[in-house]
Amino acid sequence: MSKLIYLDNAATTRVKEEVLTEILPYFSENYGNPSAIYSFAQEARKGVDQGRKRAADLIGAKPEEIFFTAGGSESDNWAIKSIAETHAGKGKHIITSAIEHHAVIHTCEYLEKQGYEVTYLGVDEDGKISLEELEKAIRDDTILISIMTANNEIGTIEPVAEIGRIAHEHKVLFHTDAVQAYGHIPINVDEMNIDLLSASGHKLGGPKGIGLLYIRKGVRIGSFIHGGAQERNRRAGTHNTAGIVGIGVAAKLAGENMEKIINKEQSLRDHLIERVLDEIPYSRLNGHRTDRLPGNASFCFRFVEGESLLILLDQQGICASSGSACTSGSLDPSHVLLAIGLPHEIAHGSVRLSLSEETTLEDIDFVVDNLKKIVERLRGMSPLYEDFVKNSR
Amino acid sequence: MYSEKVMDHFNNPRNVGEIENPSGVGTVGNAKCGDIMRMYFDIDDNGIIQDVKFKTFGCGAAIATSSMATELVKGKTVNEALEVTNKAVMEALDGLPPVKVHCSLLAEEAIHAALWDYAQKNGITIEGLKEPVNDIEERLDEEE
Ligand SMILES: Cc1ncc(COP(=O)(O)O)c(C=O)c1O
Repeated sequence: MSKLIYLDNAATTRVKEEVLTEILPYFSENYGNPSAIYSFAQEARKGVDQGRKRAADLIGAKPEEIFFTAGGSESDNWAIKSIAETHAGKGKHIITSAIEHHAVIHTCEYLEKQGYEVTYLGVDEDGKISLEELEKAIRDDTILISIMTANNEIGTIEPVAEIGRIAHEHKVLFHTDAVQAYGHIPINVDEMNIDLLSASGHKLGGPKGIGLLYIRKGVRIGSFIHGGAQERNRRAGTHNTAGIVGIGVAAKLAGENMEKIINKEQSLRDHLIERVLDEIPYSRLNGHRTDRLPGNASFCFRFVEGESLLILLDQQGICASSGSACTSGSLDPSHVLLAIGLPHEIAHGSVRLSLSEETTLEDIDFVVDNLKKIVERLRGMSPLYEDFVKNSR
Repeated sequence: MYSEKVMDHFNNPRNVGEIENPSGVGTVGNAKCGDIMRMYFDIDDNGIIQDVKFKTFGCGAAIATSSMATELVKGKTVNEALEVTNKAVMEALDGLPPVKVHCSLLAEEAIHAALWDYAQKNGITIEGLKEPVNDIEERLDEEE
């Protein structure tokens, strides 16, 4: 097999060289517990402090507003469940969207079973929520609006600043799942009126198992993981020192190079989108054409099924993902593709290619060349395509 | 996740295509669930399946089970073909992951659907052949 072409960076990323170099000493040299008093542990403490500062700087937050967690899922769970619990006295209504990650959707469904009411805002065909609908959905008992910064499947970027403004005007807390956006597009928690924000290290070249929740100073929220006094009594557990150092380095690199990386990824992404739409008939782009993550290209190819496509891409050394039922482990294709109004049979034929700064033009051209052949081959054995051709004669 | 046999049949599917004026053709499954199989049979006057072709929209397992099913029925009599069960297809493929077992049921159903069409066209009844259900999920639900 030829070389590996990794186009699944929305699932997880390679730990950056600089990140790896900086975190390694924290395993076997500076292994002290950052909470310990003796001087040996001070290096570890410094690592944690610096990680926190760097993670905060990337989004214009203060270091003391960053709380480290074990990942994006924990941050989402914490934000939503604990805000719900802490603010139950004001009301039990939460607003979110139909295209959130399962870490948000399943958390909201859990809360519904606990007597909370959740409004799942629909999205338009590009995957954007409507600000009018959002405003209309706000009630006196609404305690939280949780809308993702950018969608993991179709890449659409939501109007976060406007959502923040509306939430602020109505004095409702605003949480955003920025797991896909943190380090990839500019975010400023003050300018965007964000009260809580979830991020995860492994989506931006940091290690897995480290995430953070930004909590605006003054926001009342209970603990989620109870135990020791770490993270200013809000999140117990011995610090994941290497992870914190790692997400910090990744955040610093992302901040320094953001514009350059955005430009590079965007131009490759647009080349990919243009070639696919031009050269593969009956294909469509999912998500907004321009308001999308720089590295995300999501397509549907009619008459073929996503898992078959992925296996054939894999045989060419290409890693991609799909929202088809067969890859989701259920019978339904992805809730995101259905929410943008795609019929099931089209949603089954989805492929997501997510780029990184390491992706090259040659990679993209190789992928498109192969995608063309693979789609043609699968259509050759598709009864849906056979019927389509016969009916259009 | 798939056995070597499944991968082989997925990569080199046997008997892909269509048959003009088939003795019987059956389509099962639905696009909603992401699997559709169509089988074409060419059956001679002695009731022997001379040729089989298939087309499938679906995952790797759906394509591999269709391909294997066509191999198992080719050259068989109508009655022998009726005995090709989903278990036989699975065994011939060295097994399927649990979530993909429904693909083998779909393959069995596709054989039945093509045989049913053949019987209808020829005004005959094939003993033991029931009218196929189009929606395999209904059958799965019944069996649960
Ligand atoms: C939008 C979004 N939210 C949450 C998560 C969960 O993050 P983690 O894997 O760090 O728990 C992901 C990761 O797939 C994601 O894409």
